[in-house]
Amino acid sequence: MAKFTLRKQYRPYVSPFDPCPSIRVKTYVTPPNLYVGFQPEKLPQFNAKQALFAGTLWKVFYDPYYGSEEKEKGGGQ
Amino acid sequence: MSQKELPKEFYEMMEELQAIDFVLVELTLYLDTHPDDFEAIEQFNENAHARQILKQKFEQQFGPLQQYGNSYSGYPWNWDDPPWPWQI
Amino acid sequence: MWVYEKKLQYPVKVSKCNPMLAKFLIEQYGGADGELAAALRYLNQRYTIPDKVVGLLTDIGTEEFAHLEMIATMIYKLTKDATPEQLKEAGIGEHYVNHDRALFYTDAAGNPFTATYIQAKGDPIADLYEDIAAEEKARATYQWIIDQSDDPDINDSLKFLREREIIHSQRFREAVEILKEDRDRKKIF
Repeated sequence: MAKFTLRKQYRPYVSPFDPCPSIRVKTYVTPPNLYVGFQPEKLPQFNAKQALFAGTLWKVFYDPYYGSEEKEKGGGQ
Repeated sequence: MSQKELPKEFYEMMEELQAIDFVLVELTLYLDTHPDDFEAIEQFNENAHARQILKQKFEQQFGPLQQYGNSYSGYPWNWDDPPWPWQI
Repeated sequence: MWVYEKKLQYPVKVSKCNPMLAKFLIEQYGGADGELAAALRYLNQRYTIPDKVVGLLTDIGTEEFAHLEMIATMIYKLTKDATPEQLKEAGIGEHYVNHDRALFYTDAAGNPFTATYIQAKGDPIADLYEDIAAEEKARATYQWIIDQSDDPDINDSLKFLREREIIHSQRFREAVEILKEDRDRKKIF
């Protein structure tokens, strides 16, 4: 079974007459809030400093996003 | 024009305050939809208490964080002393 | 009433003098899915929604003003010492001739802010779904700005703001569940 990811992919139709080099696989984000439902009590937390820099107190919602430039430099998923 | 450069401790203490306040913001929104989570309310009250102590410590060194009477004033009136948050 | 606090919600750092980024960031200042629209939308909906979710709208609406101040800080820092030539090169020449370096509520294309960005249907479910959509749109906008940005410090702040949209969306989804009054009941139709 494929590993679960919050980044989904699809393959758009590619025409031989498309002017730009084809991007064969496009991705989109499905953030964690779509999967949690009504938040259960006592979910694992970050400590205060970690929470501030993550932008969330609860680990389950942490969803780092890397820009195209950062991905080129080896960041991201 | 007078220029006071902020000491390193300002940035450190500010970050501490931002961190604890962030926990309080997160717990506030959470409790708005989970009003019966006893443990979360305990955590909220502990953080609210720690926040008050940190606020006092910060204000003694760097001046009032809020006004309209939510903070004490030094002499002369020091609420509008720069820098403002977007300037630091 | 509201009480101002002399502190940003999150430490904002800007490492490069790149006014081009200010042109993009203004989208989240005075754009359709920006922080001003968000704050005004939620605070305005409070008057016609069940009491159970008024607190949430108040608190998220208030947090949006903290985000607005973060965006303003980034724009201020990016343009403060930029020369008119640099501003022109960055595509902010049109803004400069009207406003100098003053911030103004527009989107990235220069369209002025308008109240039509703020939906208020008076129907609690319609309004909360509007809010959920607004959070997802703001999250997407932050992604596209991060994609365009080459400043790691700006990106750090933008990632914080993006993550906040995820949390806000989560809470609005929970608010819908609360209004359904159906959380503990088994579904029997």
